Amino acid sequence: MKFHTRRPIALAAIILTASAALTACGSDDGGDSGSDSGSDGGGELSMTMLPKNLGNPYFDTSTAGAEAAAEDLGIEIEEVGPETASPDAQVSYINTVAQQGKDALILSANDPEALCDAIDEARSADVKVITFDADTNPDCRDLFINQATAEGIAAKQLELISEQIGGKGEIAILSAAANATNQNAWIDMMEKELADNPDYADIELVDTVYGDDDDQKSFDQTEALLQNHPDLKGIISPTTVGIAAAARYLSDSSSKGKVALTGLGTPNQMREYVENGTVESFALWNPSDLGALATYAAAALANGDISGEEGDSFEAGDLGEFEVGADGVVLLGEPFTFDADNIGDFDF
Amino acid sequence: MTTTQSPAAPAAPTRTYADYSAPLWRRWLLTREMAVIALTVAVFVYATINVDNFDGPLTVKFLLQDIAPILLIALPMTLIIITGEIDLSVASIMGLSSVLLGVFHDSGMSIPAAAVLALLAGLACGALNGFLIAYVGLPSLAVTIGTLALFRGIAVGLLGTTAITEFTDKWSDLATNTIGESRIPLVMIPFAVLTIAFVVLLHFSTFGRGIYEIGLNDEAAHFTGVNVARTKFILFVLSGVVSAFAGIYFTLRYGSARGDNATGYELQVIAAVLLGGVSIFGGRGRLHGVLAGVVLIGVISSALRLESVTVNVTNIIVGLLLVASVILPSVLAWTSSRLPRKAATPPESSSTPNAASAGV
Repeated sequence: MKFHTRRPIALAAIILTASAALTACGSDDGGDSGSDSGSDGGGELSMTMLPKNLGNPYFDTSTAGAEAAAEDLGIEIEEVGPETASPDAQVSYINTVAQQGKDALILSANDPEALCDAIDEARSADVKVITFDADTNPDCRDLFINQATAEGIAAKQLELISEQIGGKGEIAILSAAANATNQNAWIDMMEKELADNPDYADIELVDTVYGDDDDQKSFDQTEALLQNHPDLKGIISPTTVGIAAAARYLSDSSSKGKVALTGLGTPNQMREYVENGTVESFALWNPSDLGALATYAAAALANGDISGEEGDSFEAGDLGEFEVGADGVVLLGEPFTFDADNIGDFDF
Repeated sequence: MTTTQSPAAPAAPTRTYADYSAPLWRRWLLTREMAVIALTVAVFVYATINVDNFDGPLTVKFLLQDIAPILLIALPMTLIIITGEIDLSVASIMGLSSVLLGVFHDSGMSIPAAAVLALLAGLACGALNGFLIAYVGLPSLAVTIGTLALFRGIAVGLLGTTAITEFTDKWSDLATNTIGESRIPLVMIPFAVLTIAFVVLLHFSTFGRGIYEIGLNDEAAHFTGVNVARTKFILFVLSGVVSAFAGIYFTLRYGSARGDNATGYELQVIAAVLLGGVSIFGGRGRLHGVLAGVVLIGVISSALRLESVTVNVTNIIVGLLLVASVILPSVLAWTSSRLPRKAATPPESSSTPNAASAGV
């Protein structure tokens, strides 16, 4: 009696198996011819772009740049990636690239070490590996496309603030956490440059405060800065959270237009404040150019035009010619300045 | 309790886990587990023929490496779900053992010593779950939602957003190397040993029979002499230890100890277990079905990645498969209960309810 309830399940199993098997056989020819016409080993290069995660406007912009470069070069590029920015999620995609035997992988690493085993495996399958935005250990990859150097970031911010305050007056820095390594390196370089460079002789750094990359705390610190230093002429905030919070405070205060603000920010966060006149200009790199440069570099490597040695040089379309530096690093250039004229071109 | 052979038994059993009136071959072949295995084989064959590079030499290695932690945790999870309980804290225990391995190793301890401490921490986590569920009598869903947050919180709290990535090559190679010249990862050896242990425990021991009895009716199980509390406690401890082992493997494979390691793995494990034919209400399920369920999800994700299908689509397909695997048997049972009734109503109406209500 009970057998009746088993039979339909068994029947379903057989139908499922049969239908799956039939589809497999039925499309056998199509599948084979598909892979033949896929021309993996042909003249056209095929690459994979693996950002830290998908659905991130910053990486959407870099991928758009990469796609434009790929079109210019006549190569095939596709973007894959995990939902969350974790290294283990990236490993399966790197493995997939090894299985597919692509010519190159362009990736922004979620961890400097954790991906190395998977990358080694891909490289032993003849995949060239180029990192951009976030590097891995230099031993694992072929090239790293660096968006900006610490020196470049420090110099750019001083240049912008000096321009905006007319080369003289009191300035302050609104940083992230007091123990943030990159922030402190930039601040040290800025202090040194202020002391050494005669162009900045009339600029005085009066205070450095920390907003801990917390929006409210950065907002409060901006208010405190303006109260403690009534003659303050400008603020540099080399962190995207800090600059946005400071801009929000300034745009509602009487200091709007009187106290200059610059630093590192993203166009989407800063658009409103550039348009209403609170902020004249700020810096970051151009992720679109970064993606494009990575693609040109990957193509040059995969074609054998360069080997990735220090001193190798290659053409990167409209971006010009680039040279490979020490440790296989290619520098995009000095940070990109966003202002009212160009901010409309960016969405990240 | 459900071994009644007579179809004319007056009280219709509501749920059964095996149909002992059918011949042995039929009990083995015409089951939901076999359906999952057949589907897995079919998808594998389909992918080999139709998906470019799926038949490449690297596929089996990567596939097994990816599913290894899920395979490991699915073993104790199957037993727990058969008792009608659930353990949602497994991925958090993985994360915690990962962090502990990293922190102890960073403080100068050798990997084996750090691994033993991480396993002990897993045992302690499992014992906490087990104590609250088995002896205090709290529902496992509530307890393990709590400990999911608790263990993850400790893991993230210990390391913050940093990662420990300094592991001796000797040990990380152990997690990524294969057996000799084959494509089978080394981790499959402890996995095979554990699988045999769990198969014996579940299918060939009185302890295992007790697990099914608890799932069908824990009060009845208690009166037939099953120590319900002790059984549940042991299962949660096993789950904690195996999860910690999976966490150690995960850490060494990726060479990175992070507090957020393996986030979300609990759902992948539970999905695979349910897909493999284990009833979420307890009392039903077999390990070979679960193993097939894990491999099926692994093969589908691997094939779809090779086809550059985004992870969202993979999730949708696995989700639909899961929903179908839960709904389909009920629909089939319902239709089968309709069909014979029409035919059989005039001659023997007394026996139809029995057939109709025998559970799936």
